[in-house]
Amino acid sequence: MLDPIKIIVPCGSLGAGVYEEEVRRGLEMGAHAIATDAGSTDSGAAYLALGVSKNNRASVKRDLAILMKAGAEAGIPVIVGTSGQAGGDKNLDWTRDIALEIAAELGLKPRIALLYSEQDKASLKARNAAGAVKPLAPLGPLDDATIDACDHIVAVLGAEPYVAALEAGADLILGGRTTDTAVLSSFALLKGAPWGPAWHAAKIAECGSQCAVYRTKGAGVLISIDAEGFEVEPLSLENRCDPHSVSAHMLYENANPFLLTEPGGVLDVTAARYAALDARRVRVTGSAWDEKPYTLKLEGAGAGGFQTIMLIGIQDPEVLSRLNEFHDKMLAAMNHRVHTTIGEAAGDFDISLRIYGWNAVSGERPPEGTPAPREVGVMFVATAATQEMATQIAKACNAWFFHFPIVEDDELPSYGFAFTPADIERGAVYEFKLNHVIEIDDPMALVRTVWIDLKKKEAA
Amino acid sequence: MTTVKDVCRHVRSKNAGPYWVTFDLFFDGPESFQKHHANPALGPQLFQRLFGADPALVRHYPVADLNAVKISYARASPQGGVVERDMHCGQQFVRLLDVQLD
Repeated sequence: MLDPIKIIVPCGSLGAGVYEEEVRRGLEMGAHAIATDAGSTDSGAAYLALGVSKNNRASVKRDLAILMKAGAEAGIPVIVGTSGQAGGDKNLDWTRDIALEIAAELGLKPRIALLYSEQDKASLKARNAAGAVKPLAPLGPLDDATIDACDHIVAVLGAEPYVAALEAGADLILGGRTTDTAVLSSFALLKGAPWGPAWHAAKIAECGSQCAVYRTKGAGVLISIDAEGFEVEPLSLENRCDPHSVSAHMLYENANPFLLTEPGGVLDVTAARYAALDARRVRVTGSAWDEKPYTLKLEGAGAGGFQTIMLIGIQDPEVLSRLNEFHDKMLAAMNHRVHTTIGEAAGDFDISLRIYGWNAVSGERPPEGTPAPREVGVMFVATAATQEMATQIAKACNAWFFHFPIVEDDELPSYGFAFTPADIERGAVYEFKLNHVIEIDDPMALVRTVWIDLKKKEAA
Repeated sequence: MTTVKDVCRHVRSKNAGPYWVTFDLFFDGPESFQKHHANPALGPQLFQRLFGADPALVRHYPVADLNAVKISYARASPQGGVVERDMHCGQQFVRLLDVQLD
């Protein structure tokens, strides 16, 4: 019989705001580990392509310090995955440096395992040539040119490297890109928990208190995994979980609400049952794990073109009553202007005009008869092969953007703009370029574990 | 004439990784769920028309316990491209609200 394995999931993502009193409550409830992810692909490809975090350093440091202190006090491991937002090597090193700074400031001596998951292009090409890389819809087979177009490529790790690091005595694990669920399930798997409940509990807790009834009360949850199932409860006493809030979280950000593909298997919750234990806690049973050949998902990001933007505000009622016509005429005039002034040197460029307050978010034309808005903002976006060319295109369009008349031969209007110079170099367009899995025999094949043992350093 | 917003208590949209977008339609009760979750008006053609999705890559999952249906489609271009307008796709649900169910 397995004693329940209790894991604090202190927040949805490291840096989002951990509550110290919640972590303390989790420790008082007998937690055996603290686990959280520190990022995802959600915020776009820039963070992997550039190797930077979306969070400010002080936010991550604050959260990590609370967790490291709690882990040291209770003598339990702290497990962090997808370090630095994207989990690339640079993202992980950034987080490592923060951890070392915290350790020095608080006088902590953790044994730290760094799990690097970035992949070098030559070995990836070799594995691809050997047929080990398979596409996921909607992409097709991988070619070398696509690999070369990525600035950074990571394999999305499973639980095994975390289990191995815990077995080897890690007090703090900072992982590269990893599935959220692998980070949160790894400690329970180490302790022999059944895989269905361990992975399902991890999925439910991956966003912290998002699986609770109130989204804004507190940040963390405690999951408790046993031989038959698991329990979940929020760490904030003001919040509560109910069967609906917990089961609905299986839908969140998942393309499929019943099956979750993970490295080495599929979590199947089709037969899962959610029952209220009391006003705050939910018990889940019936979660199944279906073992499959071991695969890791690949994520790759790189820069496409470069963009320069400009912004205006318009209140002129004549323009507002003819916005679609205004958009089309201005766009045509701008494209013509670029062709006549820059010509072929502009290369493969794109100009996009987004009318906020009208249809910028969807791009879809509002139905005939839609009343004119009181004011709109217009964003001009030029995309070209280089930043310099994008800016040249913006400059060529400058006068057209700020003064384009809806009534020809009328006095030239001036639309509201707030900055000078008016063109803003936005940088590169970062895109995800891979949606593939790689088949491997050994779950440790694509991870590099590096140890920093501050205890030993102390002794030496 | 019944629209999605008439029979749902909550509708949401979100990216599910860089290549998929997913919608959750929580109906206002079992009756509405039974009546509308498999409605052809919410079929692949709707997502082709509204979002340019490939109808063969539209997935439909009823979740009876929650009186909900999840519909997911593969994006025509990945998250964050040149003409990205909604990085999290969190506003896409709005275009479903007025879809006519009968």
